Amino acid sequence: MGSIFQIILQRLALGILTLLIVSIVIFVAVNALPGDFAQAILGQGATDEAVAQIRADLGLDQNYFMRYFSWLGNVLTGDLGISFAQMNFASNMGGDQLVGVVEQIAPRFKATMFLAGVTAMFAVPISITLGVLAALYRNSIFDRAVNIATLSSISSPEFFLAYILILVLAVLNPIFPSLSNVYEGMALGEKLNRTMLPALTLTLVVTAHMMRMTRAAIINLLASPYIEMARLKGISPMRVIVRHALPNALAPIINVIALNLAYLITGVVVVEVVFVYPGIGQLFVDSVKIRDIPVVQACCLIFAAAYILLNLMADILSILSNPRLRHPK
Amino acid sequence: MSWLMNLILILIATAVVPWVFRFAGQKFTGNKPFFRDMPFAVAFGYVAGLLVLIAAVSYYFRPLEVNGVPSAGVIFFRWAVQGFIGFAIVAYLFRLFGRAVGTAGTRKLFRAMPLTAAFGVLVILLYAIVSIFAGSIAPYGQEEIFANANIVPGGNPMMGGDPNFPLGTDQIGRDIYSRLIYGAQNTVGIAFATTCLAFFVGGSLGFLAAIVGGWLDQILSRAVDVLMAIPALIFALLLMTIASVWSNQLGVDRTIFMVLIIAMIDSTRVYRLSRAVGQNIVVMDYIEAAKLRGEGMGYLIFKEILPNATAPLLAEFGLRFCFVFLTIASLSFLGVGIQPPLADWGTMVKDLSQFINFAAFAPNVATAPLLAAGAIALLTVAVNFVVDWMLHKSSGLKD
Amino acid sequence: MTQQLLKIRGLKIEGKSDEVWSPIVNWIDLDLQKGEVLGLIGESGAGKSTVGLAAMGFTRDGCRISGGTVDFDGVDLVAASAAVKRNMLGKRIAYVAQSAAASFNPAHRLIDQHTEAPTQHKIRANAESELDGMELYRRLRLPDPENIGFRYPHQVSGGQLQRAMTAMAMSCRPDLIIFDEPTTALDVTTQIEVLAAIRDIVEQFDTAAIYISHDLAVVAQMADRIKVLLRGDEVEEAETRAMLSAPCEDYTKSLWAVRSFQRPAKPAISAGATPIVSLKKISAAYGKSPVLFDVPFDIHAGRTVAVVGESGSGKSTTARSITGLLPPSQGHVEFNGEVLPLDYRKRSKDQLRQVQMIYQMADTALNPRSSIGDIIGRPVQFYSGLTGIAKRKRVEELLVQIELEPGQYIDRLPSELSGGQKQRIGIARALAAEPQFIICDEVTSALDQLVAEGILKLLAQLQDDLSLSYMFITHDLATVRAISDEVVVMKDGKVVEQGPKAEMFQPPHHPYTDLLLSSVPEMDPDWLTNLLNGRGVDNIGDAAVGKM
Repeated sequence: MGSIFQIILQRLALGILTLLIVSIVIFVAVNALPGDFAQAILGQGATDEAVAQIRADLGLDQNYFMRYFSWLGNVLTGDLGISFAQMNFASNMGGDQLVGVVEQIAPRFKATMFLAGVTAMFAVPISITLGVLAALYRNSIFDRAVNIATLSSISSPEFFLAYILILVLAVLNPIFPSLSNVYEGMALGEKLNRTMLPALTLTLVVTAHMMRMTRAAIINLLASPYIEMARLKGISPMRVIVRHALPNALAPIINVIALNLAYLITGVVVVEVVFVYPGIGQLFVDSVKIRDIPVVQACCLIFAAAYILLNLMADILSILSNPRLRHPK
Repeated sequence: MSWLMNLILILIATAVVPWVFRFAGQKFTGNKPFFRDMPFAVAFGYVAGLLVLIAAVSYYFRPLEVNGVPSAGVIFFRWAVQGFIGFAIVAYLFRLFGRAVGTAGTRKLFRAMPLTAAFGVLVILLYAIVSIFAGSIAPYGQEEIFANANIVPGGNPMMGGDPNFPLGTDQIGRDIYSRLIYGAQNTVGIAFATTCLAFFVGGSLGFLAAIVGGWLDQILSRAVDVLMAIPALIFALLLMTIASVWSNQLGVDRTIFMVLIIAMIDSTRVYRLSRAVGQNIVVMDYIEAAKLRGEGMGYLIFKEILPNATAPLLAEFGLRFCFVFLTIASLSFLGVGIQPPLADWGTMVKDLSQFINFAAFAPNVATAPLLAAGAIALLTVAVNFVVDWMLHKSSGLKD
Repeated sequence: MTQQLLKIRGLKIEGKSDEVWSPIVNWIDLDLQKGEVLGLIGESGAGKSTVGLAAMGFTRDGCRISGGTVDFDGVDLVAASAAVKRNMLGKRIAYVAQSAAASFNPAHRLIDQHTEAPTQHKIRANAESELDGMELYRRLRLPDPENIGFRYPHQVSGGQLQRAMTAMAMSCRPDLIIFDEPTTALDVTTQIEVLAAIRDIVEQFDTAAIYISHDLAVVAQMADRIKVLLRGDEVEEAETRAMLSAPCEDYTKSLWAVRSFQRPAKPAISAGATPIVSLKKISAAYGKSPVLFDVPFDIHAGRTVAVVGESGSGKSTTARSITGLLPPSQGHVEFNGEVLPLDYRKRSKDQLRQVQMIYQMADTALNPRSSIGDIIGRPVQFYSGLTGIAKRKRVEELLVQIELEPGQYIDRLPSELSGGQKQRIGIARALAAEPQFIICDEVTSALDQLVAEGILKLLAQLQDDLSLSYMFITHDLATVRAISDEVVVMKDGKVVEQGPKAEMFQPPHHPYTDLLLSSVPEMDPDWLTNLLNGRGVDNIGDAAVGKM
């Protein structure tokens, strides 16, 4: 078992290293901005003292190297800085009640996780069932219909699917609200009700991907000689699937799920904007528009971290489910 | 308790009806293998499919109006079904046309083409024509502003339309029909240029890495790994933030920055693929034979490797184009992509989106944003259908 | 006394390609008595595996039985329902696949896969089947029979897996087992053990079997009767001995004759002659793991040196070191007495021209996007600078040399040629450089026997005409016997023995050469029995135990 631990540790280390390098990339990208932040925050016509004050606050008088490490240190201790919008407000209006980026992001992050969770609850069982069925009855009418449907769903932009769902489920048949203004402390039932449309939109997109990948994985598996062997042993079709196909399908399916949850991260941005869902994606887009660098930077880091983490998980789980690695020679 | 009874009845029906269906099939066909060896799940599938079909047909023939109030649901459903069937017929005719006209090669191609792929080819051709000749097809300019804003689509003056503006005008009075046509030129053209750039950069680096190998391959691949660790749309948004500042300062159009940024992000994906394709070819014995002959790098790439990489690269080009196209549309939709006054489908969807809320009592009104979004979806669906067919064909040839 | 077990009549099978059904098997009748072993032989595309599977009422995806009956003990498996067939499969008819490594489920232990059929068919309880499995493993002479079943497939070697699969097929004591090329993927020395084990267990349990193989000599050891197939039709069928000694049909005769091709011996090399190629104690390594150790041998003008060994013996690596693709870590190669630069990139155009290679897989050796004219024309143009009509003329000459009609082939793509024709194009490409020395890397092992024989004859002819030198890499001793002048035997990256062919095929041998030579099946039905008796293996086993 020593070797498998080694492999996993290696992957973990690689993941952390990647995250570190990604943080450098983000830092460099942000610092490629012309001029300096202080000017950007206060806009034209700010007094020199105000600019100098903010520059000192942000540590802009230090060199890049120092700034990166102090930023990284802050990130690691849970301090993501203060948004420009807040600072601008404070410097114009006075007052010290600054809300940090962390406090700004935390509730939104929770909301996004809720949305992703609801989506996954729908998407994973549906897509795996559909994928397995399509693989079992491949080239049937069912398979072709599902193929066309998923291909269309993958190809459509998220906002198209979102508006179709709004049209059908909110406007024509008022079942769910088209605005998803959830807030903390809302009753779970109500929250679910309002989350339903964005979750369904994401489900459509993710299910299509997941289902196609599952189908491909299972078809690949069913073509393997040991499945033919099992059938030639006179084993019932059900048992062939459960006992011979599933244990080997686990690794690819886990991989598919993790990859698609990672894909959700990107999808979430557009969908949250369409439904005005108060998640991290919405915050990100708003901050991009007003060039609120600390928030953009923080959101980017969180998205990248989640993405890397999910890919890492896919990697590790598929290592764990490989019998060749679990039972070395 | 009636719902409980209903549930139980439904469950019993689910179990019994397929069984009866199969049993009847066995009896009537004299135990043909088709029915004899039919699993229960398949019988269930046939029955369920039949029920859905019946439900759809009966919904389709419901009246369009009830007591003078339009039933919007039925109207939209009819549009959808008519659109679907219409496209299927047109694709079928197009395939017939392709089988009869053209060189022997293209005729052979059309003969083995599934309907979905024929549909895809047709749509791609139409888009290409519209985007190239947008200037002469569109009745008005894309930036032309008319006095009447918010004219309802449909061209019926009784309903607030205007025959001069068949799809109405937008909130500041621009003709939506013309903007849709110009949108093809802008959105498709920019996406196409971006994809080409991404392919040029990613493809050449990928092949170089595959052939040269060693430290060059290591450096490029690790760099690409890192760039790919950031989700594409997120990275694009981050870089667009920065680009927006630069573009103000340098006076360069933001769209150019967008093209460069998306091309850079997508070239990483192209790099991965072309490197993998290249590596598969490089290990072939005919490459070894050419190397042992003493051939130079240029001959290897252009005569031995590229001709064998075209099929996967072409498929990838289609997929990449879709991805770039959707990314641009999403960025525009979020307000940081193609900038006004250029007509662009993503921006149009965003601007017109509130009209969807009127769909229940005025179905016409809701069509404008859906048309723009549908225009995006139609092209990507078409490209995907073609790519799917190409991939299927090339994988089929292998075994 | 004898009792009919399997009766196939008028079997027709179709396969789907490009949405069109085309026949794979045209018309096959087949009879099998209880306890009898029938050998099915034929070249690739003869439909032998398809017939084997059809005997179980089974077809692969994309195939269908379009006519005929498969009567197994009174049940027509073509017409039977899925449930009836399922009850037969595994229990009364079992299957042993070509690749055991791929046919065992990687996720389960061997013994769990072994006990699955008996428990599912409710023949034996699980615990009982496990004990039975160990007994079968013991009878099949697997090492450590009590524990080997608790391993996973990837933890067991290929030859052992093949025996474990035979044990699995035996688990329900079926009346019939289909063996589908069970030893084709194995090395010769391993093949012997598996053949002996299979033959014994089939005899012990008096099981009927259909043994499918392309290798006549193997089938001769196993089968009571032999049926020869060609492109989905039966050629002839007879008792094994009768078939071997007096085949009736021309096709069968030509198959039999393949092994008798042998070129006349050449005079001994004159002492002191400079060899064309001389390997001076070459060592080489992939990264840090060494694969070649001090390999020395010479190849003289106009002669063929066969390099023989099992997979992993370093034959192909030696070739890569000579060409400079894998520069030797020690030693060097001399060409006509001159030292060749180690790395091919440092060699001059003329040095590169003199050493040409022909590859095993013609499919990967020819650029699928280039026409035959371009493939052969490129080295012509590259080395001799000919262009236009002169080049085309030279290409046509070369095509004539490899016995292909120039007008017909020059514009074709490789995918439009058969396997043997592709290999000929590979030869023409090597000849186009006008080399003195050609390395042939397993050039015939992917080809059917008749086609392979044609290639060997062509190579021999070319050698005489152009006085070429060959280094002929092969694992097949029949090929060695047919074409070589000198033989080099390799094992684990070292040269075990070398010398002129006549000496090498005469005792005394090095023990490894002896093992290798004696393991090559011969066209004598008693060969295996005699060999095992000679080696002192207890091949009869415990036949007295009989059916359990």
